[in-house]
Order: sequence, then structure tokens, then C-alpha cells
Amino acid sequence: MKLIVTFSRKAGKKPIIASVVRDTGVLINVERAIIDSSEGEALIDIPDDQCRLVKEKLAEMGASVRILEDVITLDESECVDCGACISICPQEVFSFDENWKLTLDAGRCVLCGRCIDACPHQALSQKIDT
Amino acid sequence: MHKSIGQINERIRDGNARVVTAEEMPAIVAELGEEGALREVDVVTTGTFGAMCSSGAFFNFGHADPPIRMERIWLNDVEAYGGLAAVDTYLGATQKSDTRDDSYGGAHVIEDFIAGKSVELRAISRGTDCYPRRTITTELLLENLNQATMCNPRNGYQRYNAASNSTDRSLHTYMGLLLPNCGNVTYSGAGLLNPISNDPKFRLIGSGVPAFIGGARGMIVGEGTQHSPAAGFGTLMVTGDMKDMSPDFVRGATMNGYGVTLYVGLGIPLPVLDIETVRSCAVRDEDITVDIIDYGIPARDRPSLRKVTYAELKSGFVEVNGEEVRASSLSSFRKAREVAEGLKKWIGNGSLEMTLPTRCINPSRAAKPMKETVHGPRVLDIMDRRVISISQEEEISTAAGKLLKGETNHLPVIDAHGKLVGIVTTYDISKAVVNPAKGSHVRDIMRKKVITTTPDEPVDIAVQKLEKFNISALPVVDADYRVIAMLTAIDLGKLFGGRWLK
Ligand code: SF4
Ligand code: SF4
Repeated sequence: MKLIVTFSRKAGKKPIIASVVRDTGVLINVERAIIDSSEGEALIDIPDDQCRLVKEKLAEMGASVRILEDVITLDESECVDCGACISICPQEVFSFDENWKLTLDAGRCVLCGRCIDACPHQALSQKIDT
Repeated sequence: MHKSIGQINERIRDGNARVVTAEEMPAIVAELGEEGALREVDVVTTGTFGAMCSSGAFFNFGHADPPIRMERIWLNDVEAYGGLAAVDTYLGATQKSDTRDDSYGGAHVIEDFIAGKSVELRAISRGTDCYPRRTITTELLLENLNQATMCNPRNGYQRYNAASNSTDRSLHTYMGLLLPNCGNVTYSGAGLLNPISNDPKFRLIGSGVPAFIGGARGMIVGEGTQHSPAAGFGTLMVTGDMKDMSPDFVRGATMNGYGVTLYVGLGIPLPVLDIETVRSCAVRDEDITVDIIDYGIPARDRPSLRKVTYAELKSGFVEVNGEEVRASSLSSFRKAREVAEGLKKWIGNGSLEMTLPTRCINPSRAAKPMKETVHGPRVLDIMDRRVISISQEEEISTAAGKLLKGETNHLPVIDAHGKLVGIVTTYDISKAVVNPAKGSHVRDIMRKKVITTTPDEPVDIAVQKLEKFNISALPVVDADYRVIAMLTAIDLGKLFGGRWLK
């Protein structure tokens, strides 16, 4: 399961994720992180059954957490099954089924945004889940 | 054995014709043999669905009251050609919108018309005695036009070279996004379903032959522009009535960073007259080879990384330089199949009969490159041959001294053999002064990754490097990587001295 973790860095550079790993023993996979001087945002991947534990711990440390679902969405009416998105995705989210129809394994997506730009038919977008 | 077109059409009219797609054909020939397949199959249908940039449509809007002779014409802010008679125009697919840039263009106007959407026509004129009106703005639906005739100068490429990129930066091309270091391969075309691949000698495909175009019953006009069957790159000019087309088979698209293009579904039915037709329609993806072209090289004759078949490309993985790389298409094989199936249906229900070419297409032509009478400037025409360089063993203060003389902001750094090994700028020196810990020699602070140019490189390419890497000077190197000159923004000023600009 993927979580978006946002934290303020005003209170100093606390190693939030490292602390959570140490305290919970859950192995966290950081798939993407954008950190500037005042704020940080990280996309992390954790085992589903540990979700509650990690979420609570992160909240305790002052980070806000939300679950990320279906981040990349496909507009079927625009998609022509060309496949331009397939080879450029770093996470192998896209593939063809046996009928050359595009299929998505959206759970693997790390929201790099590359496919949104690369789709010639503007069929891909990022669902803003709040 | 030989079948006549009359016999085949009779079977079509009787509802007895056996029609198969070019994808089904190899297995049929393998099972029944060539003679058996000839007896059994009457028509083979082909299809492709992909980006076809050289496309567009003629429109006639009818006359307004008072009438106008349109000189400049826009459809949804996309400019159309004004050099035809009063209310005729040609809209090219790749023309981009004046207001929405690459996200909307001629291709999208065509799609919007076909999808039944209303399109704004705006035109201006200087006014004449017979056409007094000077401006017009009106909303039009496809049904309001007298004619909307798609006429595509170059469609249906026989096959198309695949693309990759050996440089260390991403490239945005008409072959889609090409990742750095040959990180992916893209390709286009339907392989064994491609129309011309099933008739490479143009025995059946020619002027007047019926075709599926954008969902309509269209027609082959003749050879396409840049038709080059001698090299295996035949093309077709095709036409069809937009009023019969469907947005399922005509789609505007944007190749990010490149521009607008039109995706067109195109298919041609091939009457199976003789053994040779059977043979050419038995073509498999394994039999169709293309090059993987390195789009990192900005020249017309880009090098090939290797040859590859459509079978390998369609498998989704291709080996490039010893590594397995993901390959994906820009055209849609699923839609190509729909085109071939659509043709099958028309022939099956007797609504499309076969025709032989009224004029044959030359099967052995080769396209020529452009004849250039005025050559663009090359780096050697404007480069500055006074090179001030520095050895990597020198002290930073020596470099600072050279830079201080004020003749240059960039010092190419050379090794003991005179080869270029780095570059230092005024900025690097200042940084070194602020942060002396890095060392006291030029080699400690130089940038080792130097973007260079060569004397015979076209200036346009060098300018592209300056812009892309956001730098202001390029060392000009010879074959031994010795710096023979520098090219800076100041040298580019020479271009505007009138020597190259006419
Ligand atoms: S690139 Fe866009 S249109 Fe092509 S298959 Fe992917 S989502 Fe569909
Ligand atoms: S956003 Fe990136 S990771 Fe997600 S599907 Fe698109 S290309 Fe793949």
C-alpha cells in the first residue's frame, strides 16, 4: 500500500521515516521524495497489514499521511491502445493484454508523471485524491 | 490457377466470398499450401492505425451574403491555407493553434468535425468588387459544409524505422519520448497487417482502388509523397469523405515537445488473383525488418543501432547494445485489427467490391534528399580561432589571471598531450576562492563533462546544444579532441551581419 507523507521541516531535520522504521520495525520503501527547506513530501510503500501502525507512528511524529489509490487514471474514451506509455514507465505499470488492449497495474505507480506527458492522446491523468 | 476480379466480385455479390485478414493468412497458407489458399481465399484485408502527420482535408464552406473571398482562414484558431478559391481551403493536420499551441491543431479540428462538434470559422479578406466582405465569423458543423474531403499526401508507410536514443538526455520526438542511454525503443506500424507490406510490388494497390480510411469507404489516389519503395518505404496518397468517417478511426494527437499529428485508420482489401498474391499476403512479422535509428544524432542520415523485425518489436523487448530494452509502439495494433475486420464486414455484406488499379504505382522509385543550393552556416564559418587554454596542472591563480585579461569567460583545460579534459569558467574560479578546500590546481575544480562541437557541425545544431545545456561557449574540437577554436554567443552575432541572412 502506498502512502503520501507530508511533513514540515521547520522544527529541524528530524529523520522521520528512519525513526518510524526503527520504532515499528516495518521496512519502508521510499519510492519518491521531494524535500525543500521548509517542507517534505514522500511517497512510501509498505505492507498492507502494517498500514495502521505506520500511519499512527507517522502522525505521532507530526507528519500528515494519506493513502494513495489509483493514482494514474486512464480515460478509456481517449485511449487508442497505441502503447506509447508502455516503454517509458519506470515501474512497468502498463502492458498489453492478449488482445492488444492496454492494461494498468496502477498499484505500482510512483507518480513520476512521465506517462501523462508521453501519451499522445491525453488519456492519462493523475487523480487528485484528497 | 488464376482468378479474375470479375469472379471475385461475383462471389462478393452472392455473399459467398471468403474474406480473411492479413493476420490470418500465414496460418491458412501453412495449412492449405499456396494453391489451396488461392482456391479458398478471395480477399485479404489489411489495416493500420497510427500517426500520419502528412494528412489534412479540403473544405468548401459555401458562400456568405455578402460574399467574401477568404484570404486568411482559421478554424478554431488553427490557420488553414488561404491560397485556394474564395471559400475553399486545405487544413493541414500538423498546423497548430494560434492560441493553444501544441495541445490543439489541425488534426483536432478534423476530429472535432467528425465527432459532430461545432467549429468556429474565422476569415479575413481585403475585399474586392465581386467579394466586398472583409471579415466573417461563424460556427459550423460538418453537415453545414458542402465538401469535407480528407486528402492525405502521405499515409500508410510500408514499414517504419524504430527509434532509440544513445545520448544522456531524454528526447521528445515524433517517435515519442525516447529515454536516455537507449532506455527504450519505440516503433510504428502494424507489421504483417500493413497494407503495402502485403503488396510490396504494387500489383493490386494503385490509383482508384477502394480503401478504408478513417471509417469511410475511401480511395487510393496514387503514390504518396516521399514514396520510396526501392528502399522498402512505399507510401500512399489517399482520400475519403469526412462525412462518412468516425472518430473511432480519426484522432488528433500531440507528441509532447514535437507537435500535433493525426492518427488515421487505413486499410486496403487485396483481391487474391494468383499465387503471387497468396505469397505476398503470407508475410509474417518475422519477415519485416527495420532499423533501430539513433535519434540522438541530429543529422538526416542518422545511424542505425541494429536491425530488428516486427516480431521482436511486438514482443515488447529488444536487445540493444547487449541489454534488454522495453519496446513499445506508437500505433495501435488493436485498432489496425479493427480496420481489417471492418473491411471484412463490408466485403462480407456485399457493400464493397474490388477494383484493379486504373493507374499503377511505381514499385521501384527511390526518394531523393533535398537539393540544397544555399548551405547553412557551419561552425567553422563563425568560430573564434584564438583559443586561450590552460593545462590541468596549473595553479588556479594562473587560470584566474588568464580569465582576468577579459578576453574570455571560458578556459578549456588540456592535458599534457593537448587533449581537451575539462573546462573552467569565471564562476568556477570564484567558487574555488570561496571554498578553497577542493584543491589549488585547475584539475581540482574543472568541470570534466564538456559539451563540444566540431568545425563541420551546422551552427543550428551547435545553437541547440548551447540552449539545451544552458551554456554560453562550446570548445570546437578536431578528430584528436584538441581544441582548435571556441564558439560563443558572440560568434553567433556574426550570423546577423548579413553574410548568412539574405
Ligand atoms: S499512450 Fe495513451 S493512448 Fe496510448 S495506450 Fe497509453 S494511455 Fe492509451
Ligand atoms: S506516473 Fe510514472 S510510474 Fe506512474 S504510471 Fe506514469 S510513468 Fe509509470
